[in-house]
Amino acid sequence: MTFYPYVIVVWLFVIGLYGIVSSRNLIHLTICLSIIQSSTYVLLLSIGYQKGAGAPVLLHVPPGTPAVDPVVQALVLTDIVVEVTVTALLLALAIQAHKRFGTLDPDELRVLRG
Amino acid sequence: MRRSARLPVFFVAAGGFAALFLAGLRGLPPFQQYRGPYGYVLNAISVPQRGITDVVSAVNFDFRGFDTLGEEYILFTSVIGVVALLRRLAGETRPAQEQTAPGRPEVETSDATRVFTLTLVGMVTLFGLYIVSHGQISPGGGFQGGTILATSPLMVYLAGDFESFRRIASTRLVEPAEALGAAGYAFIGLAAMALGFAFLYNFIPQVGPGTVISGGTVALIDATVGLEVAAGFVLLLTTFLEEFLSGRGSR
Repeated sequence: MTFYPYVIVVWLFVIGLYGIVSSRNLIHLTICLSIIQSSTYVLLLSIGYQKGAGAPVLLHVPPGTPAVDPVVQALVLTDIVVEVTVTALLLALAIQAHKRFGTLDPDELRVLRG
Repeated sequence: MRRSARLPVFFVAAGGFAALFLAGLRGLPPFQQYRGPYGYVLNAISVPQRGITDVVSAVNFDFRGFDTLGEEYILFTSVIGVVALLRRLAGETRPAQEQTAPGRPEVETSDATRVFTLTLVGMVTLFGLYIVSHGQISPGGGFQGGTILATSPLMVYLAGDFESFRRIASTRLVEPAEALGAAGYAFIGLAAMALGFAFLYNFIPQVGPGTVISGGTVALIDATVGLEVAAGFVLLLTTFLEEFLSGRGSR
């Protein structure tokens, strides 16, 4: 199963999306968005993985030791930083929504109803 | 759209989306068979050219340093966003809210929590500084270490009260620290230009791998990022804690 990690990527993305669509609580919704973002971590790390290679930490190893792609790992670091900041902003918005409407249920935010 | 109508529409759309997404991903190289070339190149040149043994740090703060400058400003901007969203408006009154479920007493902080978290403050601070300063040698760096450093005032809050938290992490101290950390990264880049190199060029002479001053500018950038991230997270904590406690009365 050489594409098995990609199945997990798709599963995490779709289950997170389901959580967002069916959410009854803005905090739950924010966590579902984090789950979607975690699918991108799995995707990036899977792309860079190489059979038999170690972590790209070349301390105390002989030159030429195979290591996995450090570029995608650096991208995951960026990804995590962005996720944390987005989560902080969304939680601040959830607090404001609760103050304004007295509820965290997205369906009860009357002004936003389409 | 009503919830009952929304879900069937979602399931149809999600099924189609998942099938297409998976088909698209199957066009990638099979798992475990990385083809390169960038990973191979960077793993080969990071130690001989830069003396950096944690190649992820070499990518983040040297080879791709300009991108990470933008990443740091994403963090900086969103901290400003949270502080602006939760600021207290003139004349805004905050009704006291019930913070506990009806019929349940408010739980006092236990002695076990106080002793344990107070013991951890020093260790967490030291560990954070270690992670910030060793990013070029082993996994770590400014982002990871900064987050750890920011938890040490949080430990003080858990062990004591919000007043102690404010005393050791005063906003008057933390806000300039965050600005200094954010500006420091850009100044290191500009310093390279002042010396006649490209922006963010690694202009400090290389020392062999495995020391805290290995990697030239990477160690300096790690320090500024660590300051920015630690201060930014402390500001986030202050803002959220103030918001939480304002509806609760003093603790």
